Amino acid sequence: METRTRNIYLVPYFLWIALFVIAPIILIVYYSFFNVEGAFTFENYKKFFTPVYMKMTLSSFWYALLITIISLAVAYPTAYLLTKTKHKSLWLLLIILPSWINLLLKAYAFIGIFGTYGVVNAVLETVGIGNRQILFTDFSFIFVSVYIFIPFMILPIFNALEKMNPSLIYAARDLGASSMGTFRKVIFPLTLDGVKAGCIAVFIPALSLFMLTRLIAGNRVITLGTAIEQHFLVTQDWGMGATIAVFLIIIMVAVMMLMGLRKRGLDLVKR
Amino acid sequence: MTGFEGFTLDHYKEVMQDTRLLIIVLNTFIIALLSAAISTIIGVFGAIAIHFMRSKSKQTLLTLNNVLIVSPDVIIGASFLILFTIVGVKLGFVSVLLSHIAFSIPIVVIMVLPKLQEMNDSLIDAARDLGASTWHVIARVIMPFIKSGIFAGFFMALTYSLDDFAVTFFVTGNGYSTLAVEIYSRARQGVSLSINALSTLIFLFTVLLVIGYYFINQRNNRLEDKGAK
Repeated sequence: METRTRNIYLVPYFLWIALFVIAPIILIVYYSFFNVEGAFTFENYKKFFTPVYMKMTLSSFWYALLITIISLAVAYPTAYLLTKTKHKSLWLLLIILPSWINLLLKAYAFIGIFGTYGVVNAVLETVGIGNRQILFTDFSFIFVSVYIFIPFMILPIFNALEKMNPSLIYAARDLGASSMGTFRKVIFPLTLDGVKAGCIAVFIPALSLFMLTRLIAGNRVITLGTAIEQHFLVTQDWGMGATIAVFLIIIMVAVMMLMGLRKRGLDLVKR
Repeated sequence: MTGFEGFTLDHYKEVMQDTRLLIIVLNTFIIALLSAAISTIIGVFGAIAIHFMRSKSKQTLLTLNNVLIVSPDVIIGASFLILFTIVGVKLGFVSVLLSHIAFSIPIVVIMVLPKLQEMNDSLIDAARDLGASTWHVIARVIMPFIKSGIFAGFFMALTYSLDDFAVTFFVTGNGYSTLAVEIYSRARQGVSLSINALSTLIFLFTVLLVIGYYFINQRNNRLEDKGAK
């Protein structure tokens, strides 16, 4: 295709990239150097390294890690079972369906389920354990987050399991490996790509969840996302918000490079 | 959501009578349709341009393309907020529309690019040989081939826009509101059963969309299998 005409078509797209991809990142970094009064300062970065913010970062990390590990533990067996069923498309559709529903609606539903007068407490009362405060606890937050992220973890693992050649398993068994051994040495390493993609797809959003923390966990859990949103929309301290955002971006890039995934992983995550 | 007294359609009536809510629903749909349409157009041309590019700049462009998809909503929202404030765009319909277009474009590109890669390049050479102009090549040869990709991209963009909460939350001003943002504000004020009614309606609609998308997909696959085009 002639370069000249091709470049004409490229123009809107290029414009969009420059405006909405490159510019915002530069702006965020730029803003992180300003404090509330508007003076150029490194104050925000200094503030970030104080115990308050460091504790928040670490706890946010810890929650995200917990959520990722638990969803992995639940998703892997599920994906494995999925490959053995007959009506794969149907089951897949059923599992993916919740992820098509608006995130807010699911969170809202859980407010109803976990609330003081909700279903779970009603069951607990009839069983005799009595009314418990479930909402606004760590448990409910992790539970709902795992529920929301499970489809994102199942899909890449399922795709990876599907792509794997089953005769490899037969060969391993033939050579005398036990079930556990086959899993550890054959199945798991080959699906590692899918696991990595799934972990990235869960860990990074888990760090930046803010709406969920507000609705389900109240103010007990503060993730990096909540802090950013707080600074931008409530306290109007855009400088500090931008600083936290910069760190979030750095963590995100670090995680992705650590996992060593690029375009290939994205194929597995595609819905 | 506490005592169960009996079935009633009262809440649905409440939803229908709430004019502010209906306006918000309308807003949400307008934004979704407009942003999906515009981003599909830009995205398709972008995908075509990327496909015919040389390898080195192609890789960087692809990575840049994926940045918005991979980034957490919060960062996208915050950065767009800064962008709009600096440029001076008023927060409201325009800013929400621009943001939705912005994050829908990479999705369209990702959906269309594989179809382009499937296409046999000699089709274009043949068309040129027979005397087609560039526009003819695009409209008569490339477009029909990637039609299913374009539809898929449009649908995904539509769904993402309808669903989106975080980015909209950041860039919406005081007056404008989409469904997701509205539900969030109401949910934070406490439980109200009209939200439940609204949620059920949205849920049913989403299911319809997904079923529709599924059937279009099936139809496309069947057509491709039969060799008809």
